Amino acid sequence: MDWLMMERWSPYAVGIGIGILSWFAFLLSDKPIGCSTAYARTSGMIERLVRGDRVLKKEYYQKFEPVVDWEWMLVVGVVIGAFIAAQLSGAFHLLWVPSRWAASFGPSPVLRWFVALVGGVLMGLGARWAGGCTSGHGISGTLQLAVSSWLAVICFFIGGIATAMLIFHVLI
Amino acid sequence: MLTKLHGQKNLQLVLGLLIGILFGFLLQKGGVTDYNVIIGQLLLTDFTVLRIMLSASITGMLGVHLLRSLGLAQLHPKPGSLGATVLGGLIFGAGFAVLGYCPGTVAGAVGQGALDALFGGVVGILIGSGIFAALYPRLQRSVLRIGEFGELTLPEALRVTNAWVLVIPVALALTLLLWLLENAGF
Repeated sequence: MDWLMMERWSPYAVGIGIGILSWFAFLLSDKPIGCSTAYARTSGMIERLVRGDRVLKKEYYQKFEPVVDWEWMLVVGVVIGAFIAAQLSGAFHLLWVPSRWAASFGPSPVLRWFVALVGGVLMGLGARWAGGCTSGHGISGTLQLAVSSWLAVICFFIGGIATAMLIFHVLI
Repeated sequence: MLTKLHGQKNLQLVLGLLIGILFGFLLQKGGVTDYNVIIGQLLLTDFTVLRIMLSASITGMLGVHLLRSLGLAQLHPKPGSLGATVLGGLIFGAGFAVLGYCPGTVAGAVGQGALDALFGGVVGILIGSGIFAALYPRLQRSVLRIGEFGELTLPEALRVTNAWVLVIPVALALTLLLWLLENAGF
């Protein structure tokens, strides 16, 4: 069982594993693996707690009801699965500032938190705008040969590479 | 298709959780729940993300289309338009680079103890999703409509009736891309 304790697996083994997992998602649940809709539903649940049931009348929440569904459970599962994997290899540790970030922008947790928050807002907005994320479009959509997903994933990387180059090579 | 199983609501929630646990486990073991690995991909110095995505897509493509040919699965392609997919994709990409995680890997990063992922990433994505929900009625009547093409798949777009005519060459082309990546020394 040494392989369960290993810190890293071959990316090909991991990719093939995720591919096989997607067979089971289609077969057993009639669903493609995806993550970003769960955040939209959660956002609706939180807004409902604050502003009450009139939130349910919002056009977007009529389309994506703010309830716990299959994909919502999947995202909770991702947290648990990554926790188990990290525990097994001893990789779990609380961390505010990733090393690559610190190397360019210093060890300040406040700066990293703020930038991560801004990045998260852009990502949440963009994921709902494009109708999916790196899993829903990037893996599940491309494997279905969906035109929207191939176009989306190309734009994810164009936007991502351009912005990363700007942050790490131009700003610094 | 296993329609009876698909209709069992509580069992489906358990299945979603189980698939999520395995997905999160694999993402963590693959290293993509680590900020450094994702930023390395976007800076084109570490191709782990692409290796995982392409091998998952190839494997998934062959299996899911086989299930479909056997009558055991149906496809669920997402609808798209130039205004939604291209613009949304570019905004997503910018967020991808600024945050250094995506909606799936940010959850995995939380699981391995990344606090920037939890208090920055997850909170930010929730706020961004909320902003989109607020803007949706206006966007839906304008920019999201530009260049609509719907739930189109490549075989439909190219008027190929047998999807395998495209599945096999695309799977081979993506495998070749992985092979080239490996041999180019990335």
